Amino acid sequence: MSPSLEILIQTLASGVLIGLIYALVAVGLTMIFGVMDIVNFSHGEFLMLGMYSSFWGFALWRLDPMFTLPFTALLLFALGAAIYHVVIRRIIRAPMLSQIFTTFGLMILFRGLAQFLWKPDFRSIDHSIVEGKVALGWLQFGTPQLVAGAGAIVVTGAVWWFLQRTRVGAALEATAADREAAALMGIDVQRMFALAWGIGAACAGVAGALLSTFFPIFPEVGANFILVAFVTVALGGFGSVAGAFWAGIIVGIVEVLGGFLLGPQYKLALVLALYLLVVLLRPRGLLGRA
Amino acid sequence: MPAAKRVALLAVLALAVALPWLVANPSQLNFAILVLMIAQAGVAWNILGGYAGQVSLGHAAFYGIGAYTSTKLLLAWGLSPWLGMLAGGLVAVAFALAIGWPCFRLKGHYFAMATIAIAEILQIVVTNTDAMGGAVGLQLPFANEGWAGFVFNRSKLPYYYIILALLLVTLSASRLIERSFLGYYFRAIKDEPDAARSVGIDLTRYKLAAIAASSFLTALGGSFYAQKELYIDPGSTLATSLSIKIALVAILGGVGTLSGPVVGAVILTAIEETTRTVFGGTGRGTDLIVYGLLIIVVAVFYPAGVVGGLRDLGRRWRGPGAAREPLPAEGER
Repeated sequence: MSPSLEILIQTLASGVLIGLIYALVAVGLTMIFGVMDIVNFSHGEFLMLGMYSSFWGFALWRLDPMFTLPFTALLLFALGAAIYHVVIRRIIRAPMLSQIFTTFGLMILFRGLAQFLWKPDFRSIDHSIVEGKVALGWLQFGTPQLVAGAGAIVVTGAVWWFLQRTRVGAALEATAADREAAALMGIDVQRMFALAWGIGAACAGVAGALLSTFFPIFPEVGANFILVAFVTVALGGFGSVAGAFWAGIIVGIVEVLGGFLLGPQYKLALVLALYLLVVLLRPRGLLGRA
Repeated sequence: MPAAKRVALLAVLALAVALPWLVANPSQLNFAILVLMIAQAGVAWNILGGYAGQVSLGHAAFYGIGAYTSTKLLLAWGLSPWLGMLAGGLVAVAFALAIGWPCFRLKGHYFAMATIAIAEILQIVVTNTDAMGGAVGLQLPFANEGWAGFVFNRSKLPYYYIILALLLVTLSASRLIERSFLGYYFRAIKDEPDAARSVGIDLTRYKLAAIAASSFLTALGGSFYAQKELYIDPGSTLATSLSIKIALVAILGGVGTLSGPVVGAVILTAIEETTRTVFGGTGRGTDLIVYGLLIIVVAVFYPAGVVGGLRDLGRRWRGPGAAREPLPAEGER
């Protein structure tokens, strides 16, 4: 095989791996959007808090991010549900502008809090159990990236299974489809909304934990993911978990290919152009409801 | 207009004209200029985002186009910034129509996010184009001191009156639109798009009219920024954070009201400057915490903004019959 083809395939594979993380972040975002039609601008900050949860477990008690991962998920679930009850509950029927700026305010607040509590420094986790490289045939992968990709698949699969196969999941889907009808059928809509925020935040938090072994940790880190997550959600179809999964992989591939062909500085521009193409040509995305 | 309101308006105008003699030092004058700059952009945003209800979170694109057009024309051909300002407005209109045509079929969140995407792409392209100064930005010549050159190094006073005049022009345009048939069409598009379409209003055409006026006026503000700072870069004129701030002053003061963005600009800039001077030096994000909390409180409890909130309060005070129906704040139960 020619060396340039090898590089191309290697690049594509790394695109798929980062795409799986994008998918997990987008699953959380699309869930909140699908269930209650609110776009969460503070979603990247949930990811940031997941990273710090991993970091402090490691820095204070030498607990590996992979061990603290369930704890991080629970912590972010509780935070997401709490934010719903304290803030979001009040703006469900507010104009879209109020909704946008409420979650935008949350974004600024969390960044400020992270700076205040943990300083604006870049931090990293040096000696996780996931270190080094793995060779699959002639393909080379960083172990952290490979584990993160696998973890993202597992968690996305779990969310999908929960929505498809459990009673609570079905109630959540019903609330997304028609909240008035769901309420009439005896579904506690408020609890479903809180659950959507909890799961949404937990997905982003787990993505943060998985990233924490190979990505710098700092208060503004969420900014790197939020726009990409919006694109992924739109591409997959607003509200579709399965769509977000496949869209994440596509976005990851587009990003690395764009970086490969045009230079890394145009990665985000290409991903955003993809958003415009999708919403203009196929507004319901890959798997969204018509 | 009631006589009392007219008197109040004249008093505010007189205060604005006399303000430079009331402030104690140049930094306070600079603060006043900053307020007027963001107020002007907010009023311009309000034509599209407030009256016509098309929420743009990418207005920095128009601001940046204004700044970069007048600056490039000045640097390349020595064109007067006054003419460059006009040219910037026209380029912004062309750009706005080009993106508005496809994007106006998008609704709500989809449109808002499309505007973010477009402005971000523009910022990335300019950042990576050497002819536009790249990430470093463009430096404007200091030497053209005076009204012809639009440069005032010795005293910032002319800048204050220019931006005050620009704000008044923008407010007048906004009021003219509000009172004309356009204003009614815009409100119909915002509140009852389906009904508007069914009575034969060409929605896209009037949305394009709104974005044309809004982008033109926003770009004028961008050119002013370039002349005042004599230095522009993508981070200060094209960033999404600027787009958000432009929309935020309108929301804070009251979307779709004439004076709302001006009130919002005063409040936001005052809070920003205060938190920065009181907490900012610590570099610990306290200013962000206050800023974020404030946005949440206003968005959650005063969805109609300060001006809208005061108006409701006034109605309620005058009599229960006049009170507007309050927004339902609670959830489903």
